[in-house]
Amino acid sequence: MDLSKSIEMASATHTGMVRAHNEDSIGTDVNVGLAVLADGMGGYNAGEVASGIAVALISKEMRETVLRIPPYETDGENGEMMAARILRTVTAKANASIYQAANSQPQYAGMGTTLVVALLCDDRICVAHIGDSRLYRLRDGGLAQLTRDHSLLQEQIDSGMITKEMARRSQNKNLVTRAVGIEPEVEADVSTFEVKEGDMFLLCSDGLNDMVEDEDIHLTLTSLCSNLSLAATQLVQMANDNGGRDNISVILIRVKKPFPAERGWIGRLKAWFR
Amino acid sequence: MAKLTLSLDGMVIREYPLTKERTTIGRKPHNDIVIDNLAISGEHAMIMTILNDSFLEDLGSTNGTLVNGQPIKKHFLQNNDVVELGKYKLKYATEATAAQASPADFEKTMVLRAPPASAKPEPRPEASRIGETTTSVGKAFGDTVVNPEMMQTHGPGLREAARQATAGPSAAPVAAPQPAAPALGTATSPVPMHHASPSQAPAPAPAPAPAAAPAPVVSPPMGSPQPLGTIQILSGPSAGKELPLSKPLTTLGKPGVQVAVIAKRPQGYFITHVEGATFPVVNGKQLDAQAHPLNDHDVIELAGVKMEFYLKPA
Repeated sequence: MDLSKSIEMASATHTGMVRAHNEDSIGTDVNVGLAVLADGMGGYNAGEVASGIAVALISKEMRETVLRIPPYETDGENGEMMAARILRTVTAKANASIYQAANSQPQYAGMGTTLVVALLCDDRICVAHIGDSRLYRLRDGGLAQLTRDHSLLQEQIDSGMITKEMARRSQNKNLVTRAVGIEPEVEADVSTFEVKEGDMFLLCSDGLNDMVEDEDIHLTLTSLCSNLSLAATQLVQMANDNGGRDNISVILIRVKKPFPAERGWIGRLKAWFR
Repeated sequence: MAKLTLSLDGMVIREYPLTKERTTIGRKPHNDIVIDNLAISGEHAMIMTILNDSFLEDLGSTNGTLVNGQPIKKHFLQNNDVVELGKYKLKYATEATAAQASPADFEKTMVLRAPPASAKPEPRPEASRIGETTTSVGKAFGDTVVNPEMMQTHGPGLREAARQATAGPSAAPVAAPQPAAPALGTATSPVPMHHASPSQAPAPAPAPAPAAAPAPVVSPPMGSPQPLGTIQILSGPSAGKELPLSKPLTTLGKPGVQVAVIAKRPQGYFITHVEGATFPVVNGKQLDAQAHPLNDHDVIELAGVKMEFYLKPA
């Protein structure tokens, strides 16, 4: 099913003001309703390699899989949307592939990547994430973070040891507790959310949310919702104006109208004539 | 590594590097930092250090603990904080020189492998939560003990080496700041930290020096007193009205017809077209899709309304 009439996407990625390389990778497919963002880590260009493998492999696998298995169907085993199972499978594949590359080629040893993948289908968004790359949602003027970082700081916040305010000043920002490609297996957090007309979603690497306050992200999304690509470049520019200490990547998704799945043969026929 | 400098009446007595997860301060001789003065309680205060962050906690002392003149119970120490116990002062300093030399390296994302138990997002009862996190924090501390040289021996043996190196410290009982919790026993897997910064990578050539990168922007973004940009409406029903441009972004125009945005940046104000078939006009010249810098007394025409941009001295 082609979602390009119902949703709009824009993205931007930038090396930032300090780093020599951009180790982030992004991929979008508006027809499939897919957005992938990865923030690689590892020496030399290994970070780019890890995030590049993740985005390329997941984009390809997702495009192929959603043709075979309708992602909006219900998973008989656990009652979740099939999209959740598909996302778990492809992230596991990406993990195995990066882990294997890291262990077979010495120059890639220890490489890994964070990951956030969103698939939109049947008026829902299914998101899988590993590490500290995030998904935010802007709905009815309110900005909400839908993913919870796998990071040391998040654990400290959860335990009440430090407040969010303290976390902004912490020197431990860069420690993730989960990443793709580091261990033989990794578990992605997968959640599904209902989507409403007018919703906006933001996928970003920590280069954005470490440099730009949520309040300013919020202001940008509300002010520039009518021009997504400008909103994306504006977010990157704000991170750079604030120092741009890390690579910055953003993917924006705006829901223009509902996109219920075309179930049954009549629906498919209708979709085909559209 | 952070350190504390103990002084009395401006005289430096000693320096204490914060090498341990738990550094105790008090009058009694078993403390890590012993201050033999009657104004100091036997067990006066404690500093917990997790990687690069340190937390100060007063242990219910008789005369209290001040940080920068304010009494505290718990405090997240920042560089150059001054801790006062009685007449004694402890100045907290992070190793700023090293951090400033290579900020990029310090901020490289690294993986800290946590046991699945503490990584599970399920809500847990409050009681067990504190303990569990303490466990993972203990591990985090253990990780930093990994010998950096050990981490540089790369290849297939790397993880094993790291594992062995961490097994000791992380398996050792960790002095928890809270009463021990049931979860302590469940999370036992050793957690090697895979250093992923270029300096740790196998090195056929020197790592790209941070100096090669574009000059780091150090100045705070909005710190300097910048003249405040203001828009004054010149025509139409709201002529004469003023609009201060104090937010990072201010949109102007009519949604659905023509909208432009003015961005406040460290280097000044910029106007950009957002939506609509026609582009804004500045000083009689139509803009393109690019951001356009605004100068004092520029005249903007937008959605049929004329307005003037000017700078109010800060």
